[in-house]
Amino acid sequence: MPLVPFARRLTWTLAPFTAGCEGVQSTFSTFGVEAESTRALALIMGIGASLITIAVLLLAAHAVRAPEGQLDHRRGMRLILWLGAVFPTVVLSVLLVVSLPGMRSIASEPHDLRVRVDGEQFWWRMKYEQPGSATVETANELRIPMDRTVAIRLGSPDVIHSFWVPGLAGKVDMIPGRENELVVRATRTGVFRGQCTEFCGLSHALMAFDVIVMESKDFDEWLSAASQPATSNDSTGRRLFEEYGCDGCHIVRGHVQGTPIGPDLTHYGSRRTLGAGTVPLTAEATSRFIRNPAALKPGALMPRFGTMSEADADAIAAYLLELK
Amino acid sequence: MAAAPHRHPDQGDPDVRAAQEARLRQVWQPPRGLFLRWTDTNNNSVGTWYTLTAFGMMLFAGVLALIVRAQLAAPENDLVSASTFNQLFTLHGSIMMFLFAVPMFEAVSILILPQLLGTRDLPFPRLSAFGYWSFLLGGVFVGGSIFFNAAPDGGWFMYPPLTTEPELSGVGADIWMLGLSFIEVSSIAAAIELIVGVLKCRPPGMRLNLMPLYAWYILVVAVMILFAFPPLIAGDVLFELERLLDWPFFDAARGGDPVLWQHLFWIFGHPEVYIIFLPSIAIFAMVVPTFSRRHLIGYPWIVLAAVGTGFLSFGLWVHHMFTTGMPNISLGFFSAASEAVAIPTAVQIFAFIATMWAGRVVWSTPMLYGAGALAVFVVGGLTGVMVAVAPFDWQAHDTYFVVAHLHYVLTGGLLLPLLGGLYYYWPLFTGKKLSDRLGRSAFWLIFVGINVTFFPMHFSGLMGMPRRVFTYSEESGLHGLNLLSTIGAFVIATGIGMIILDMCLSPRRKLAARNPWKAGTLEWLALPRQENWGVRCVPRIESRYPLWDQPGFVASVDEGRYFLPDAEEGKRELMITSVLDAEPVQVARIGGPSVKPMLAAAMLGGVFILTTFHFYGAALLSGVAALAAILWWLWTGSGIVPEKPMKHAGNGVVLPLYASGPASSGWWAMFITMFADATAFGALMFGYFYYWTIHPEFPPKAAAGTNGPGWVWPVIALALVLTGWVLTVAARELNARGRVRFAQGGLVLAAVATAAGAAAGLAGPWFSGLDPTAHVYPAIVWVIAIWIAVHGVVGVIMQLYALARSLWGRTTPTHDIDIRNITLYQHFLAVSAVVGFITIGFFPEWV
Repeated sequence: MPLVPFARRLTWTLAPFTAGCEGVQSTFSTFGVEAESTRALALIMGIGASLITIAVLLLAAHAVRAPEGQLDHRRGMRLILWLGAVFPTVVLSVLLVVSLPGMRSIASEPHDLRVRVDGEQFWWRMKYEQPGSATVETANELRIPMDRTVAIRLGSPDVIHSFWVPGLAGKVDMIPGRENELVVRATRTGVFRGQCTEFCGLSHALMAFDVIVMESKDFDEWLSAASQPATSNDSTGRRLFEEYGCDGCHIVRGHVQGTPIGPDLTHYGSRRTLGAGTVPLTAEATSRFIRNPAALKPGALMPRFGTMSEADADAIAAYLLELK
Repeated sequence: MAAAPHRHPDQGDPDVRAAQEARLRQVWQPPRGLFLRWTDTNNNSVGTWYTLTAFGMMLFAGVLALIVRAQLAAPENDLVSASTFNQLFTLHGSIMMFLFAVPMFEAVSILILPQLLGTRDLPFPRLSAFGYWSFLLGGVFVGGSIFFNAAPDGGWFMYPPLTTEPELSGVGADIWMLGLSFIEVSSIAAAIELIVGVLKCRPPGMRLNLMPLYAWYILVVAVMILFAFPPLIAGDVLFELERLLDWPFFDAARGGDPVLWQHLFWIFGHPEVYIIFLPSIAIFAMVVPTFSRRHLIGYPWIVLAAVGTGFLSFGLWVHHMFTTGMPNISLGFFSAASEAVAIPTAVQIFAFIATMWAGRVVWSTPMLYGAGALAVFVVGGLTGVMVAVAPFDWQAHDTYFVVAHLHYVLTGGLLLPLLGGLYYYWPLFTGKKLSDRLGRSAFWLIFVGINVTFFPMHFSGLMGMPRRVFTYSEESGLHGLNLLSTIGAFVIATGIGMIILDMCLSPRRKLAARNPWKAGTLEWLALPRQENWGVRCVPRIESRYPLWDQPGFVASVDEGRYFLPDAEEGKRELMITSVLDAEPVQVARIGGPSVKPMLAAAMLGGVFILTTFHFYGAALLSGVAALAAILWWLWTGSGIVPEKPMKHAGNGVVLPLYASGPASSGWWAMFITMFADATAFGALMFGYFYYWTIHPEFPPKAAAGTNGPGWVWPVIALALVLTGWVLTVAARELNARGRVRFAQGGLVLAAVATAAGAAAGLAGPWFSGLDPTAHVYPAIVWVIAIWIAVHGVVGVIMQLYALARSLWGRTTPTHDIDIRNITLYQHFLAVSAVVGFITIGFFPEWV
């Protein structure tokens, strides 16, 4: 696309002005092919819109000041025709043609990595599907390899959510009963963030996830490690985990084969955040969350364990954090 | 029968004029008394109440927004809980859209349309009053819910399944659906009133191409309401059936689809934007020529642009759904259509610029607001073009970028023009000007406030801030921008407060001159101390700016030298003219103060409110009471046989006092109402075919309760409904030929046939055991059958009403408006039955 090199130069020129807009969850800090070309389009449109606004306002100011009769009826009609009808028609037609290629999705091949992501109130279920081997399930953290095409299939079992990683690509809704696909390709490694953008209930604001782009080789290593069962040796926490019935909703592969209602906790300790990108992952935050999830995330579906002693919660948290 | 020779009154004689004025004053005087004053139906009173109530709604929703902004001023703030926050933003959006923007347009139009058209009132003043009371009741019901922590909290778009799942959404969702449905009904009532007002109440000589542009805009916008609101009402029906009775229209597990709601909502929701925006442009189409001291350049361009915007706005709704995952061809098409709507908008803007350029601009407070509105709106319009481009929308959608965009559009395209209009039209209704000093200070506060609030949101959105979040993290880097937005919001509020202060000081100021802005349009005939009669006499129009162009115009009007300068029979009268050329066709008598519209609104409101709380028995009773009130109102107030057939309207024009069929305003109102009704039915049929397109097997095979209704019952039902229709038409023709007894017999048989048809329609799904909770197929079949059956029952009530009118001698062979209007209803019923029964009876078999 000829647009992209041009816009890259433009982006570079404007960098000092947009520096304040960078961040782990910003459309200005791109790390994906689609987001990059959209940023280019946005910059061009933004500059064009600013110029048009200034021109219209200057023209209006002139019109107010101009002496009576400076413009006669015939020329007034011509002004309406050219500036009101012809000019926008031409500009918009050009804009449409320029933007059409951006509506096409990146092509994906059958052997590309496939990830299934489900939005659930208020977290993300990630499943890495590899042909020929078992599916690896994690939660609230999306890891993808750099420079490889990844097909992300999106759905939801409860209400509508929307999958948005601003630096990677535009958002796509997750709709019960439907499946959408988003094909992405990351261009640099790093830690980024995505968030739910379709209002989904009480903790809509607290439904985010980390996006980690890795070197292709590192990613493959990580995936094979992630497919391994849990490795913690903490037997107290593990016992309490079962006693309190945590396995009613959570799986820790290799330890407890629970029901997969809530997030898979097999490698919980290796995650960066707790509560779907809400707070940094620590033992203390985990312990507090276990006893009263709604204090951190209003409307969370995990029940409150009000009767659980602080010591028990700490023990379970310690166990979970050991699950690397 | 030869009429006695008519003596024309001598309008040159001051005594004659004084006597006429005394009679007019007597006839048009508003009712007095603590309660009785609220039974007024005149457009001056109802329009004022309506406008003030809508303004109050704006203030209320504005306060909600201030709380929202206060919560977001700092990261991880806990001023309000997540639950309260969700109620706040849901109600802010819903109130601004449904209880402020649309009603405000209708309120202002009810207030000024008669003045603009040189008529005394709107054709159905009691309908206006009914609309107002419905609006007030529904508005208080919906808005007040937040004080009981029961406000809707699913966003103003109410996407299921979040909102249809009873565990996730409380009574608030029902309050939204039912309360706002009630208000939508009142919006449609006002739209009908305004359309008929524009088409039938123009003064003689005001051909369509001489209409003030405001009237054109009203016409376009009211027609848009007529086609935009019914799909939402149909959606509301499906929505409440799912919430109350578990019919799975939006439940994916049972064949429903949450995306159907999005379609129905945005088919309404996008035109809604233009329904809000066009009337504000209309205000400027009145203000700009006045202060440019010349005719508007490009009148035909503007009319075409307004009509074009109206059409295009119905083809853009999908751009609200670009992220739902759709084929590229849809993306391209709806991107193109969404961008195209910028063209008529640009035409309108440049027509105003050309007019100012050609004229001599007199700077004034209304013009200041206009200039500010232009600046703000252009920004909003251009960001609108940006989000119309699908790839950019994928980033911007549901982020604060869109919040910025829509608020630029709505403050530039609604709020500022409306405030400019307030400063422009205030003297028309109070006789006094508002303060230029306060007005301009307020303007700068609001203008700066708008930019400080909303400009940073473009950036917070693109920096990753989604909409409808009650909190954001410290690390997000969004604190500064949000704090700025919050400060700006309070600056706007200060400006609004200053305008309120200005209005409150108004009664202490002295009267301004008549036509203080030296405008050229009819409404400025009003005197500083306004008479309730509207215009002294109905003028003859030869120009778009008669006050500028027609010599001696004001004096001739003041001296009653045109039409209807008197109220000699003591009746409230309007001149009805033909639709295209505004040739006089009738002098219509309209209703005066009455308690019936208020009563009908209260009873109908009861149906919606009681249903919200599942008091179905009481709701049914309230419905029967509403029906009784409406019938009482119609029986005593419509189709009245006048004491004489013809009347001298002045200047040698003799007009009938009674009209039926297309010459009458009532026939047009019925025709327009049925268009709205047919649109709602069309939306349900859209639902049927929508489900068919998303399911490979529709109806689903081999499941219990989903086989039916077969073709036999639908065919019987169709035959019966069509028989009822033919018999009604026959009754109309027999009556017109003087065979009154046969006509009455025909109506009896027609009622029996229509009633049997309604029952047979329900028999199909009933006897085939269709279970509406099992799957969406039986549910949608039931809905179509019930829709037609309910319309059949209404048709029967109408047939019996016409029969009673005939038996009581209120319908005669020459006075037949009732029977003509119900025949019109039957035409639409017949079409619904053909489409509906053939679809549910045959369609599944054919494919």
